[in-house]
Amino acid sequence: MTVAAFSAVVFAVSAAAGFLGSLTGLGGGVVVTPALTLLGVELHYAMGASLVSVIATSSGAAAAYVKEGFSNVRAGMFLEIATTIGAVVGAHLTGVMPARALQALFGGVLLYTAWQALARRGERRGKPPDPLAERLQLNGTYPEEGERVPYRVARVKAGFSLMFGAGLISGLLGIGSGAMKVIAMDQIMGFPFKVSTTTSNFMIGVTAAASAGIYLGHGYVQPGLAMPVMLGVLAGSLAGGRRLPGAGTQALRFLFAAAVGVLAAEMLYNSIAGGAR
Amino acid sequence: MTDTRLETIIGNLLRAGVMLAAALVFGGGVWYLAEHGGAEVSYGRFTDPGGLRALFQLSAPQVLILAGLLVLIATPVARVVFSLAAFALERDWQYVALTAIVLGVLVYSITAGI
Repeated sequence: MTVAAFSAVVFAVSAAAGFLGSLTGLGGGVVVTPALTLLGVELHYAMGASLVSVIATSSGAAAAYVKEGFSNVRAGMFLEIATTIGAVVGAHLTGVMPARALQALFGGVLLYTAWQALARRGERRGKPPDPLAERLQLNGTYPEEGERVPYRVARVKAGFSLMFGAGLISGLLGIGSGAMKVIAMDQIMGFPFKVSTTTSNFMIGVTAAASAGIYLGHGYVQPGLAMPVMLGVLAGSLAGGRRLPGAGTQALRFLFAAAVGVLAAEMLYNSIAGGAR
Repeated sequence: MTDTRLETIIGNLLRAGVMLAAALVFGGGVWYLAEHGGAEVSYGRFTDPGGLRALFQLSAPQVLILAGLLVLIATPVARVVFSLAAFALERDWQYVALTAIVLGVLVYSITAGI
């Protein structure tokens, strides 16, 4: 394929990934990498291009998220210590881990993402507030029907540990791992869901930036490939807006889950069959 | 309230950074396709670039795209720097210290890469 035709295809695929990712609130980065490998791109180049697009969507959405007043800047910054250190470790590991191991891990993450897209969120159970949260000023308020509703945060150490894992996965695979960040904040630490998603959006960009330097040094970021991916994902996610998953997006979530499931199968097949290019 | 206002300014700066990055990447991309659009793609095999030397093998349009990507990577780093300044203005030394750790990790990553 010529560079021009290839760039057009990659742009279209990336735009679709960004569009679905923002509509479902699950992010598009996790779809871009396996889609690129399907198109014949080597795994590390695909990861490099995807990582760059993750930063674009995170920073691009920051202004809109801030206006709504949900994000918790202090919590984000505190947890970024864990995610950035995890990302640096993960990015270094990509240099020594065999491609097949990365593919297997990626397949697992994709399966989990597909399940996440379909699963209904359970009710948060009340957890005892953590005194550490008070000391770190993690408790806050969020707007609801014109009032500020206060919330208290639980299980700070467990959440911090899981964030290290989220950063590690992000650095290992060149994805935002937003779903895992949201779970750490929402399910483990007891942040309100919207506070979790908006704060996680901030953290995704900073976490990805922590891997980006190392990815650049390893030569994973190819300008000619990153160009259509970054522009495509950005255009797609802007078009998709930042609507929270609602009843109208149920069919889209199903579509997204199906696409992710297929890509998971591809990744796992390559890992086992040694189809690594 | 000043917290929210400062965050709004930071958010707008980030969006401006992304738009600048996108413009550079788009400009470089058009130029790149005009020069290399007819060539065959070759991302099928990973070749170790051997550190910074690879940058000197990039063509001019690729360098322009890379410049855009570097602006993009700088946007979250800038966000952390702004937050550090904001916490210092609030005299919240605990968060000045915590933010400095995050910034330290980011600086390490960039220097380790180069």
